[in-house]
Amino acid sequence: MADEIQELTGIAAASCYQCGKCSAGCPMVGEMDFGPHKIMRLLQLGRGEKLFEDESIWLCLTCETCTARCPNQCDPARVIDGLREIAIRRFDTKAPKRISAFRRSFLDQIRRNGRLFEFGLVLDYKLKSGDLFSDVTSAPAMFLRGKLALSPRRIKGIRDVRRIFDACLESGEES
Amino acid sequence: MRLGYYPGCSLHATARDFDESFRAVAGPLGIDLVEIEDWACCGATAAHNTNRLLSIALPARTLALAQEQGFDAVLAPCAACYNRLATARHAMEQDPELKEQIVGILKRPAFTNQVRVISVVELLRDMAATIKEKVVQPLADMKVACYYGCLLVRPHEVTGFDDDEDPRSMEEVVKATGASPVMWEKRLECCGGGFSLSRTASVVRLGRAILEDARKAGAQVMVLACPMCHNNLDFRQKAISKYREEPVGMPILYVTELLGLALGLAPRDLGLHRHYVSPQPVIEQVAAATRSLAGGEQPAALPAPPREEA
Repeated sequence: MADEIQELTGIAAASCYQCGKCSAGCPMVGEMDFGPHKIMRLLQLGRGEKLFEDESIWLCLTCETCTARCPNQCDPARVIDGLREIAIRRFDTKAPKRISAFRRSFLDQIRRNGRLFEFGLVLDYKLKSGDLFSDVTSAPAMFLRGKLALSPRRIKGIRDVRRIFDACLESGEES
Repeated sequence: MRLGYYPGCSLHATARDFDESFRAVAGPLGIDLVEIEDWACCGATAAHNTNRLLSIALPARTLALAQEQGFDAVLAPCAACYNRLATARHAMEQDPELKEQIVGILKRPAFTNQVRVISVVELLRDMAATIKEKVVQPLADMKVACYYGCLLVRPHEVTGFDDDEDPRSMEEVVKATGASPVMWEKRLECCGGGFSLSRTASVVRLGRAILEDARKAGAQVMVLACPMCHNNLDFRQKAISKYREEPVGMPILYVTELLGLALGLAPRDLGLHRHYVSPQPVIEQVAAATRSLAGGEQPAALPAPPREEA
């Protein structure tokens, strides 16, 4: 797994010397079984597969605090994105359902319209995640503030965008 | 100064107030904003969590359009858009092979990756002297917490316009308006970003720590430059306040909104009526200072924001 990550990201897990600074500053570490320094350690030990059996890598917000503070330029945030990319390619993610639904709905919106249509994102997310009722009562207030656009606008170059998706992702990969 | 304007998806909907306030202050400051035609979404977190190539190709299309439309620089007010555009530019600059691959995917052989990407905070910091001259209503005695979050200054090799652990640029803008930035700890902590819908409890936990720290430092108002941070700290402030004895009650303003008030613009033209946490205390403070300056003249007050259904 460490080799696969190095090929994908150019980062050698072996260069991490386990100072723990990344996990010390991580805003999500308290909710993770494997914080950033443990993720690096599992890769060093050749036990990276373990990361695909757990939701930790999906809880990373990519705030880049770990990357900014790493004294040896290990870039844990990039490593975690690489792990997610591999998991998605294998159609095997242990992402919490809602996080996965949000990501897929978001990309579907871009593929469909070229831009994110936020109202459509929320509806699609609710269907995909089954999280039907949270925040429903806040829709009128958001509408009153003029913050909800009710119909999507498709960009002219939508075929560009779809070509980009097709070139970058294997078929059906993101959904 | 003519800039390619990249509002991004949020500024057309949930962050309309950011768009309105930025357009409103651009005029007085002599910034000529021309929206890039037919821009697409930057892909945001969803794209880079899924596939790196996708996360670079999507913003690269917008950079290519900007070049074709004759812009030297793209201005992206949203911190997330800014970060994705700047990351794509940086990645292609570092890796010529990647750039060629992207050019092939985009089918835009003339793309040179020369267009610069600028954040609104960088732009305004560099105009601090002009802002100082144009301020008609100095925001004296206003204590402001400048909140950077993640995407404006990290990672440093991509953003580069300020220190990634101890930035100063937003404080310089705030000082130019006459207000006083407070020093506080959590100004670079993450608000929970894209987890607002999908993991709300984390967003509430992170937001509460940020707001309480700003309060402790004596801030009366928080300024920021990111639609996601605004959503998580303004819209979600009700949830953040739930288990407290009293609501946090911290107005969250886009830095362009605060600047607009100092430039004497009407609160409504800055989109301040679209907020959840009422910015009325801030507006009243500005109005009171105006009255004492003008000798009793009443400035137009902002109508109260619509009440949120429980």
